[in-house]
Amino acid sequence: MKIVKVFILLIVLLFASCMSMTTDKHMVKAFSNQVIQHGATGDDVIELQARLQYLGFYNGNIDGVFGWGTYWALRNFQHEFGLEVDGLAGEKAKQKLEKASEYDKAYIKNQIRQGNDFTYYGGIDKQKQTTDDRGSNDQNPNQQTDNNQTTQEQQQNATTNEDLQPSAVNVPQGFSQNDIQIMANAVHGEARGEPYEGKVAVAAVILNRVESSTFPNTVSGVIFEPRAFTAVSDGQIWLEPDDSAERAVLDAINGWDPSGEAIYYYNPNTATSDWIFSRKTIKKIGKHIFAI
Amino acid sequence: MFRWVVIGVLSIGLIGVSIWGYQEHQEKNEVMIQAENAYQRSFHDLAYHLDLLHDKIGSALAMNSRERLSPQLVEIWRLTSQAHGDVGQLPLAFVPFNKTEEFLSQMGDFSYRTAVRDLDQKPLNDEEIETLESLYEMSGEIEKEIRSVQNLVLKDQLRWMDVQLALANKDEPGDNTILDGFQTVENKVEGYSEGKIHSSLMGTSSKEDSYQMIKGDKFNQSDAKQKMREILGINQEINLNIEKTGEGAKVSMYSGSFQTDKKSGYLDITEQGGYPVTVMINRTVDRTNVSLHEATQKAKTYLNKLDFNDLALVESNQYDHVGVFHFVPNNEDVWVYPDAIQVKVALDNGNVIGMVAKDYLENHGERDIPKPTISEKEAREVVNPNVEIQDHHLAVIEDDTGVEVLTYVFLGVKNQDTYKIFVNAENGTEERVERLKQKEVKYEKRKR
Repeated sequence: MKIVKVFILLIVLLFASCMSMTTDKHMVKAFSNQVIQHGATGDDVIELQARLQYLGFYNGNIDGVFGWGTYWALRNFQHEFGLEVDGLAGEKAKQKLEKASEYDKAYIKNQIRQGNDFTYYGGIDKQKQTTDDRGSNDQNPNQQTDNNQTTQEQQQNATTNEDLQPSAVNVPQGFSQNDIQIMANAVHGEARGEPYEGKVAVAAVILNRVESSTFPNTVSGVIFEPRAFTAVSDGQIWLEPDDSAERAVLDAINGWDPSGEAIYYYNPNTATSDWIFSRKTIKKIGKHIFAI
Repeated sequence: MFRWVVIGVLSIGLIGVSIWGYQEHQEKNEVMIQAENAYQRSFHDLAYHLDLLHDKIGSALAMNSRERLSPQLVEIWRLTSQAHGDVGQLPLAFVPFNKTEEFLSQMGDFSYRTAVRDLDQKPLNDEEIETLESLYEMSGEIEKEIRSVQNLVLKDQLRWMDVQLALANKDEPGDNTILDGFQTVENKVEGYSEGKIHSSLMGTSSKEDSYQMIKGDKFNQSDAKQKMREILGINQEINLNIEKTGEGAKVSMYSGSFQTDKKSGYLDITEQGGYPVTVMINRTVDRTNVSLHEATQKAKTYLNKLDFNDLALVESNQYDHVGVFHFVPNNEDVWVYPDAIQVKVALDNGNVIGMVAKDYLENHGERDIPKPTISEKEAREVVNPNVEIQDHHLAVIEDDTGVEVLTYVFLGVKNQDTYKIFVNAENGTEERVERLKQKEVKYEKRKR
């Protein structure tokens, strides 16, 4: 009696989840109105990548960042479908994509959320395209796994309509997120409480030193050069950097240099070296004097 | 009775504190010794590398066979870079030792450039031999001085930690044997760098024609302020601080800054002509309403308003809710890479929140862009056949020595990676190959 009850409950649950999955497929919200361009990130890019992969044009990871791989895939798609080849996902390209491919938003989002290594080629069983080991147990249909799957699917349905963060980020050529983090630490330690341009200027000085022949040739070499930065000597570099330090570093890497190509800066009230005063000054930002 | 208990407790306390103090002292000593050892290692490495460097330059000069000369020059290049690295690990920042460091890096550049050259085709000329001779002499001097400092360090057991103390102590600077020794080295090098070495060979010749496009009247402070308000789009009610750059600036500029409740801003304009060099607006941007594509158009319109026209978009990137765009001038279908302009657009309302035109103002000007002497097809054959070429354009770039050359730029794919390949449009040499990497798997951040 009890077994029958559980069985019925299970069937109902499975049916319900199937229903919700199919309705979900029909409710798939297509692309937004924006033209998607190289370098963009976000939901639309995830959909673009998934649809291009479904059609076999895109072989990279579906990560929500429009990189070079996506760019060439889109161009090839445009070429094959007789569209203007410009590498921009505009109105026409998106319409053609929507017609030619399916987009299982729930599947994709779930994969990204779980951090799985997955693909989304059309015509291949999705279970075979993911490394998710929880899914591979389904040949052993005991109650436990079934229940698990149902709850999983319920969870995924609940969260489908939320926006999902891309699983990758853009980084400037030649730098990684970790390099940016080290620099942000140094900038925060050195220029806490300075105006934003003062922070960018300090980050720019670090980069100018990397370029200069009289300083070490790496970011970490410059930052950790003994006695070069007081914040490094007294450990303030390990304070938690705030958001603006990170943005300042990114700006400096992208070319902003309010210091005027300085390679030295000092606070005239606390400077301990007389020699530093002999450098030609460029300008003063906040409390720091920038010099070469 | 009570007295004895108090005495007992106090003496136990005293013993406890003494033990704790002693342990702390021991630990501090250990850390000091480790730091000292790290310095000593770098210093003795430096002495050794400089010694070896002198030897190698000497043998390069005595060498007759060209097959051996190239590897020898490579060896010199490696040693200069190592010695440079050693210097970077010693507490010599803010110590006048930069002439010596400059020497090391110039020496490195020189040996690298001659080492990669085909010496069978183009053997070292007289000028270069002469330069190498004087580099030999100079490295000999440096070696000698550093060796004598090293001897003093060993003989008198001098500590680098004392150098650090001497430097930290503002009142009696320079009274340190090691520092004196390094000062002597610096003075010797300074004496040499005047004259004897052909600066054109050492890559020290600075660009003479920079900022040649900057024309027009000199702005005074109030004119500059007016110009700044125009560029920033702010009215008289917002207070604008303005300052002029000092003598260290490459080109004389005015810097302006303002601060309101919601945002702050900063910009540089040139004194002559009032050209905008840097513009920065700092405010919170926490949502994306505008697509990157739309933002590109906004960036272009903004630049056109500032009289920067005919631009090609080289790169666009979205960082959180901000778009960053790299433009270069498109001069009759030739992209001029050295004249880059960057623009930053907030994706919440599509307003421009940053611009840099430093490279543009510094390099832009009248250019005689030659016609390519080889065809695109011929250039294509130079590219590695495993790279599938997807796109191409003509471009002016700066080569390794800082000279502008006309190139075909090919964008190609090999396996999953995209490459930018620059092929000289006049002689077909492969000037540069860049692997384009732009995204990275997102790492988890420290919890805030």
